[in-house]
Amino acid sequence: MEHYNMNLTLKVWRQKDENSRGRFETYEVKDISSEMSFLEMFDVLNERLVQENKEPIVFDHDCREGICGACSMYVDGRAHGPWQKNTVCQLHMRAYKDGDTIVVEPWRSASFPVVKDLMVDRKAFDRIIQAGGFVSVNTGNAPDANVIAIDKAKSDEAFDAAACIGCGACVAACPNGSAMLFVSAKVSQLALLPQGDPERRTRVMNMVQQMDKEGFGNCGNIYNCEAECPKGISVKNIARMNREFLGASLSSEV
Amino acid sequence: MALDAKIPAGKLDQKWNDYKDHVSLVSPANKRKLEVIVIGTGLAGASAAATLGELGYQVKSFCFQDSPRRAHSIAAQGGINAAKNYQNDGDSVFRLFYETVKGGDYRSREGNVYRLAQVSGNIIDQCVAQGVPFAREYGGLLSNRSFGGTQVQRTFYAAGQTGQQLLLGAYSALERQVSLGNVTMYSRHEMLDIVKIDGAARGIIARNLVTGKLERYFGHAVLICSGGYGNVFYLSTNAMGSNVTAAWKSHKKGAYFANPCYTQIHPTCIPVTGDHQSKLTLMSESLRNDGRIWVPKNKGEKRKAIDIPQEDRDYYLERRYPAFGNLVPRDVASRAAKERCDAGYGVGTTKMAVYLDFADAIKRYGKVEVHKRGLNDESAETISKLGKEVVAAKYGNLFEMYEKITGENPYEVPMRIYPAVHYTMGGLWVDYELMTNVPGLYALGEANFSDHGANRLGASALMQGLADGYFVIPYTLGNYMAGQIRTNAIPTTHTAFEEAENAVKERIEKLMSIKGTESVENFHKRLGKIMWEKCGMARNEKGLTEAIEEIKALRKEFWENVKVPGGIFEMNPELDKAGRVADFLELGELMCKDALNRKESCGGHFREESQTSEGEALRNDEEFSYVAAWEYTENNEILHKEELHFELAKPSQRSYK
Ligand SMILES: Cc1cc2nc3c(=O)[nH]c(=O)nc-3n(C[C@H](O)[C@H](O)[C@H](O)COP(=O)(O)OP(=O)(O)OC[C@H]3O[C@@H](n4cnc5c(N)ncnc54)[C@H](O)[C@@H]3O)c2cc1C
Ligand code: FES
Repeated sequence: MEHYNMNLTLKVWRQKDENSRGRFETYEVKDISSEMSFLEMFDVLNERLVQENKEPIVFDHDCREGICGACSMYVDGRAHGPWQKNTVCQLHMRAYKDGDTIVVEPWRSASFPVVKDLMVDRKAFDRIIQAGGFVSVNTGNAPDANVIAIDKAKSDEAFDAAACIGCGACVAACPNGSAMLFVSAKVSQLALLPQGDPERRTRVMNMVQQMDKEGFGNCGNIYNCEAECPKGISVKNIARMNREFLGASLSSEV
Repeated sequence: MALDAKIPAGKLDQKWNDYKDHVSLVSPANKRKLEVIVIGTGLAGASAAATLGELGYQVKSFCFQDSPRRAHSIAAQGGINAAKNYQNDGDSVFRLFYETVKGGDYRSREGNVYRLAQVSGNIIDQCVAQGVPFAREYGGLLSNRSFGGTQVQRTFYAAGQTGQQLLLGAYSALERQVSLGNVTMYSRHEMLDIVKIDGAARGIIARNLVTGKLERYFGHAVLICSGGYGNVFYLSTNAMGSNVTAAWKSHKKGAYFANPCYTQIHPTCIPVTGDHQSKLTLMSESLRNDGRIWVPKNKGEKRKAIDIPQEDRDYYLERRYPAFGNLVPRDVASRAAKERCDAGYGVGTTKMAVYLDFADAIKRYGKVEVHKRGLNDESAETISKLGKEVVAAKYGNLFEMYEKITGENPYEVPMRIYPAVHYTMGGLWVDYELMTNVPGLYALGEANFSDHGANRLGASALMQGLADGYFVIPYTLGNYMAGQIRTNAIPTTHTAFEEAENAVKERIEKLMSIKGTESVENFHKRLGKIMWEKCGMARNEKGLTEAIEEIKALRKEFWENVKVPGGIFEMNPELDKAGRVADFLELGELMCKDALNRKESCGGHFREESQTSEGEALRNDEEFSYVAAWEYTENNEILHKEELHFELAKPSQRSYK
């Protein structure tokens, strides 16, 4: 891999807090190595801002390996930036070349208010899980783990759905701000497993109800969510959730 | 104060059952009146908070991330151990216990480790019941792999995302308790001090990281589940936010800090590329099951890895340790890599890396596939294609991650790896009940020191975190709480809360008022460099003595010249970080002091003065078979020793030859 250095122009959304108006600020960054990660490029810029007695840019991040779901930047009109199946913390600067201009914004969704700059509040996701994203099993209640055999294909499918990192890119990528991919991933995981079966009806009803209450938009079958999901969560989960929901609504009417 | 580990009497395999049979209980009506504060929502904290909520305690749960689901445990890759013996390959509670004590180089407590092995199976049951999608075989039953050189297959896993799946299980249990009103969740909150009343822990001071305001919370007991302190080295595989503050504040309020120098340096991480590096990424240990580690035989080798013929390669682990080869324990593998690089055989631009090569595994698996599928085609191309598919199924997500970071395709060229700080075995001293020496103050998970001795085996941290939270604390906390039922909730207007809050406030104001010229980040980097060079993979008296002085000087400079921008009453990550680095600057010194005191090599702690003629670590059981528990005082740290006794796992020199 050949390494190179580059100079870039960044247009970054700055917003003091939830209630203030935000605006774009422009920054020139120099001698950025192609080996850096995108967030390390922000570290370099922030270090400079501190030296210039300016406030560094606030953004969420923690693991920097694409698994905690904290990082959340909307880069040049795409959630997590230009690479497929990737979080912005795993985006590396070799994706850019000298002279590029990069526009960076926070997730845009009424249900994810901005906390500061590029950091948003995603508690709505936690509340959706509280509504039913669990199996009601107290510690100590469990039978031996191998008592129930589970079809490997189903278990693998449940795992694929469970791989969701809860970052919210699906909402940010959707023109309607729908959270269907996030919610359906959890509904699917538990609907596919026998352990989730007893509560499958109430679960889907309660989670969908909470999702609506949080103000997320409707799914318009545009599938930007799947395209931008860093973990490649499939929209098949949305179809499954719709079936689960329909089944649950029908049975609750009887 | 004499250290009493409170290990129950009786035979090792009966202790925990006896304890449970006789422990005090709290009635459901009383539990509802008792409040517990849990700091941290990793595997230890989330499992504890959820379980205590289920039991009926009023729980307050804290994390500094925006959601409990993002705790650092989420990043664990490889797997979790349990003595289920599902593979019928001779595993047992005793074996898991024995190997953990041996792997920890005989510096852990037998009683604790035995209990850990005993409850390990329950963890897997609980997680499966929650809907954790562990890997399965075609028959529908759970799959296991061997991990870190064990001879049995006892590791349960979910692809390379085991920590994520386990944490999401615990998180969902936690959120269920939130919805039921038993747990109140405080995310984006950072605990900044313990409040003690009449010698017992009774609450905390936390900072709301969004508003910057200080808040007071009461608890009949406080559980520290704040994870490890590997970030004292600046670069580590830990998440960026991982820090020692909660544990360190507990220490300064009287809790002893045990074995701070025991650090695990993981052999297989992606090497540093330059000064901009903010963290290091682990490549799971499971890769060593199939990858072969080597360096060129010739110094200054210019050829690309794939052009270097077999006879010019040094598979140094296979050469030095024929019995275990590439699967020697982490500490041994790390030191061997350092040895080769220091001797000038390293690879890559920085020459601080070795190769981890999958070419042979791809060939081997490819051939098996050809036979399995009954193909006539034994061309190198077909073998390679099929072999890569098998390797992808096992390690796909790791290979992808490697390629994203380095831009190189590890299916075609060997990975470059180098050791990095990964885990800290040291932590708050706790007794058998997981209580520190401060009444009512507990420590769980990586934050305590209890089970891994001087070296942790792969897939055992997840096991310990969940054992502590799901199956140990629900019993042991009751033993303390039974004595608390007459203690009403103490109003947070109590002077002890006020004093603690004022002290925290003053410190924050002090940090903001220095207005120096050097960033927090720079101080952290400088500290990390001292720690890595002088208290890292190899330590000696001279280096450690120097390091102590250097850290003192750096700490002084920090308090005179640090620059923290922004204000107090707003989201200000620079201020958060300043407080954490200030604590690391104190911890670093204690680590060096502990390392200096321990004039033996054991596990992850390698004192150059204590090695065999072949360069292997040499323990000194006569003098150092103890837990070093440090007491904080204004001017000095005082050493207390908890002697270790071994009934069943008799110490012997580890040998992997
Ligand atoms: C990359 C990587 C891979 C790993 N893979 C494995 C593996 O395969 N198998 C294995 O067994 N182990 C593995 N480990 C080790 C294991 O992941 C950790 O030891 C374990 O997850 C620690 O869990 P914990 O609950 O103790 O703490 P953590 O998960 O670190 O959680 C700490 C919690 O405390 C909170 N916190 C900290 N300080 C404060 C404060 N002051 N105020 C409020 N909240 C605070 C944080 O917000 C967080 O919620 C791995 C570690 C790493 C780094
Ligand atoms: S920082 Fe954890 S996913 Fe990006």
